[in-house]
Amino acid sequence: MKTKMALSFIFVVLLATAAHGQVAVRGETVYTSAGEPIKDGVVLIRGGKIERVGPASQIQIPSDYRVVTAKVVTPGLIDARSVVGLAGALNQPHDQDQLETSSAMQPDLRAIDAYNAKEILVGFLRSMGVTTLHTGHAPGALISGQTMIVKTRGETIEQAVFVPAAMIAVTLGNNGLAQGSRSPGTRSKAIAMLRAELIKAADYQSKWDAAAADKKPTRDLRLEILGRVIKREIPLLVNVHRANDILAALRIAKEFNIRIVLDGASEAYLVMDQIKAASVGVIIHPTMARAGGEAENLSFETASTLRRAGIPLAIQSGYEGYVPKTRVVLFEAALAAANGLTFAEALSAITIDAARILGIADRVGSLEAGKDADLAMFDGDPFEYTSHVTGVIIDGQIVSQEVK
Amino acid sequence: MKLKSFAAFIFSLLLAAAALAQDKPQAYVGAQIITIAGPVIDNGVLVIHRGKIVAVGREGLTVIPADAQRHDARGRVIMPGLIDTHSHIGGGSGADSSSPIQPDVRILDSFNPRDTSIKRAVAGGITTVNVMPGSGHLLSGQTLYLKLRNKLTIDELLIRDSAGNIAGGIKMANGTNSIRPTPPSPGSRAKSAALVRDMFNRAIDYREKVRRAAGDKEKMPPRDLAMEALIEVLDRKRVVHFHTHRHDDILTVLRLAKEFNFRVVLQHVSEGWKVPDEIAKAGVVGCSVIVIDSPGGKIEALENSYKTGGVLDKAGALVGFHTDDYITDSRLFLRSAGLAVRAGMSRERALYAMTMAGAVMLDLQKQTGSLEAGKDADFIILSGDPLSVYTKVLETYVEGIRVFDRSNPQDRLFAVGGYGAARDQVVHIDEGEVDRR
Repeated sequence: MKTKMALSFIFVVLLATAAHGQVAVRGETVYTSAGEPIKDGVVLIRGGKIERVGPASQIQIPSDYRVVTAKVVTPGLIDARSVVGLAGALNQPHDQDQLETSSAMQPDLRAIDAYNAKEILVGFLRSMGVTTLHTGHAPGALISGQTMIVKTRGETIEQAVFVPAAMIAVTLGNNGLAQGSRSPGTRSKAIAMLRAELIKAADYQSKWDAAAADKKPTRDLRLEILGRVIKREIPLLVNVHRANDILAALRIAKEFNIRIVLDGASEAYLVMDQIKAASVGVIIHPTMARAGGEAENLSFETASTLRRAGIPLAIQSGYEGYVPKTRVVLFEAALAAANGLTFAEALSAITIDAARILGIADRVGSLEAGKDADLAMFDGDPFEYTSHVTGVIIDGQIVSQEVK
Repeated sequence: MKLKSFAAFIFSLLLAAAALAQDKPQAYVGAQIITIAGPVIDNGVLVIHRGKIVAVGREGLTVIPADAQRHDARGRVIMPGLIDTHSHIGGGSGADSSSPIQPDVRILDSFNPRDTSIKRAVAGGITTVNVMPGSGHLLSGQTLYLKLRNKLTIDELLIRDSAGNIAGGIKMANGTNSIRPTPPSPGSRAKSAALVRDMFNRAIDYREKVRRAAGDKEKMPPRDLAMEALIEVLDRKRVVHFHTHRHDDILTVLRLAKEFNFRVVLQHVSEGWKVPDEIAKAGVVGCSVIVIDSPGGKIEALENSYKTGGVLDKAGALVGFHTDDYITDSRLFLRSAGLAVRAGMSRERALYAMTMAGAVMLDLQKQTGSLEAGKDADFIILSGDPLSVYTKVLETYVEGIRVFDRSNPQDRLFAVGGYGAARDQVVHIDEGEVDRR
């Protein structure tokens, strides 16, 4: 009887430990993305949040914490632009919801209404250390819809969602043109349509704000979300490659005093002064993206060129239409690190710098007390092809290991 | 006039100097040399002369001819030029939509030697490549094995045997790619196999007619280019490069190869890890594995894995890799070996797969694929460990001629990308500068 009670007591303690998610991650090297790497570092986790970070010599690991060890520890990786979850691995009509082309401008399409939290590519990216995913509607229409930010966990969108409406996906250049005789058929037409829509949204927003509570105009979902753009609450995510199209995007941002983020931006290296002057961040194309079409002039070195110029930079996995169906930001950052970025800069481009551009740096992107306990663990240099992701922690829960 | 003739004189001097430079043995001294044929040599020496390897060995133990031009390669890694067993560089196309089976179509007739993809391939260390038509047909045409020499016509890139035959295989496919909604294309897997069996049976009949004619022109059947190519397959002279992903489709290939006794390289083999013993036992020429970043993109690639190469190798099958460029980037071909090692393949076998295994699959093992005296001087100079993401291909040599030099700005543009890197017209080879040593 006594034994039984003791056992059940132990069981309760174990449960409590698990419930509170008390974990100590000890790494031979801990890259925090918030200062110098820590040799023999410890990250204490409690209740899904980071409690403390520092050298093992200064941190006493409480006895009831589960200890996890790794050679290298980094913040959970952030994929700054993806379509995974709306786009699935099968590449069949039933798992491709990233692009709807019945109309050129559909800012009312919400990413949360199409995200499949159980999509195997979400699990795959998680196993490669990605804990936060900025995903949503794809390039391919003038305004293709909304994007959102999720954690790569959960069985449902409700469990996964982090920022339900993050940005509005806009595509300029050839890829944003409509098929056949529909508009927009040219670059100039696209810009004219976008300007007209933003003018309507500003008008709608000012009417809405001015109207008394019982006299609000009829809700227009398209103008409502663009109204939030006008109010600078959310940015336009402008997919663009050619230098002249980048300048067109900056022109729109200036005219309407709205926030934009450049997405793709193959030729950004040609117009760095203008990008910098506009204080715009760039979510650069995957380093290994295929050169072709509008993106024919992309370079392995653009990430480092922009970084040297002081332009805020994140690296994306991007949009893939065939095989592979998604890229992995870990590998894209690795190749950028091999082509001019320092290790710390490349890691930042998929952690803290990505978090800043996405507006979530108060929660994720670095290993600092008070932030979400999202971590990735490796058995060597994270960027080396032959290293492995040995564990992933999201909100304090150990969620996966790379399948070897 | 005077100036012009002086310039011509200088030019001829330069040409003579270039010829002379080529005529001297070249010795690359001090590098780590991964010969593939034997243990890795630290502080090695590679001596080449007139396009061939003369000697490979340890510094101090290897004779460097007195007249050799020495190149300091300390701190570098030298290994054989990479062999890409499945690529679509050169912008060629094979069969059209008129029929699912077109053995008469040759990639030879549509390859563009000025395509920038070729420059990217040599920037990735690829010296020999199997250029193929696509996989949208049961049989999409004849493939071509090329040496990526610094030349601008297809004839100068070909590999010929002593009888003058052009080296190449034939491309076949099964699974979903070659299934189409409308006849004459097959609408199912079983129909695909039936059409292929029918094709080979007709070729057997044709071969029999030719045999019975015994050289008598009157009795010969009308010349049939498709049948002629298939006879080469039946006679095991032309290897079938068979695109196949799913485990059951792989077994269908093995079944067909057994029935018609053709030599086959399994291409892609995404689910090969599910049937490794069957593949190893079947005696295929080899497995040419694709390594892609993530699974999926099509149903058949859903279980594609980094581990495939290692699993097949352990089962005893010959494993090589390919870029399937543009699916993966030729400049990053070495990633395939890196990711395979990540998933359990041994380092030695992965490097063998990138080189010698590919040579065997293309029947070129006597001339390339390893660094051994007497073989073609196809090699690459790397800045470090071939499996490291940080390593760069610094120079690529085909038959002793440097075809890529990262320190040359134009070559670097192709290696890294940037403004103008994708424009074919930029590809220009100044014959006077072919040998830039």
